[in-house]
Amino acid sequence: MTVAEAPVPVIEPEPAVEAEPETRQQGIAIICYSGELEKTWAAMILASTSASLGMTTKVFVTFWGLQTFVRDGRRVTGQNWMQKMLSIMSRPGIKHRKLSKMNFLGMGPWMMFKLAKQYGVSSPAELLEVAEMMGVEFVPCQMTMDMFGLTREDLLPGMGEPVGAASYLADVANGLSPIFI
Amino acid sequence: MANIQVDARGLNCPMPIVKTAQAIKTVASGDTVEVLATDAGSVKDFAAWAKTTGNPMVEQTTDGGVFRFVLRKK
Repeated sequence: MTVAEAPVPVIEPEPAVEAEPETRQQGIAIICYSGELEKTWAAMILASTSASLGMTTKVFVTFWGLQTFVRDGRRVTGQNWMQKMLSIMSRPGIKHRKLSKMNFLGMGPWMMFKLAKQYGVSSPAELLEVAEMMGVEFVPCQMTMDMFGLTREDLLPGMGEPVGAASYLADVANGLSPIFI
Repeated sequence: MANIQVDARGLNCPMPIVKTAQAIKTVASGDTVEVLATDAGSVKDFAAWAKTTGNPMVEQTTDGGVFRFVLRKK
């Protein structure tokens, strides 16, 4: 049998896969990218307020932002020396954020917290607690976890299943407003 | 007389709103929540909160720097 005589395979058209109809949501999807104190503060204020307004609220935690959501006791994180060095040079945890400007070896944040107390402003750590209580979903970025050598045990217990960019964008496509902080 | 009172005096944004949102969850539909706040931004914020959540503001007074809001759970 020559090649020309070989029967032509019939390719059956595959049935079209219909996208699951999802109900559009009202709410916000924050990308918590920065690990700086003032931006962490802004993200926590928006997250807790959004939940208070009854809006669906998700916080995708990535890059430097992921350092904020490491458990308080964890001092050195990562598997190799570079990852460990990173955590030593920039202490993880929401209580150890630095200001982007006028940090002055911790003097800046110290004054900031003093002023906050004086004016009845809740700290990022307090707002995080409230946000979690109000049902805000915190989702870590798998890629950043890999790159920084972080495990789920390193992260706060309230954090959800690690995801990638596509999951975030699916939420945006679904109606959540994107906010990048 | 409101069913529940939220004393948010001395608290700043966004805590008066957050505390109110938590309080309104504990009452039944038709019940009211009375909020006392000193945050000057709260006047506009509570109007926005009432509009967005659909829990109407039934009363609003000011007494020497203390703002009082009464909100009814929808």
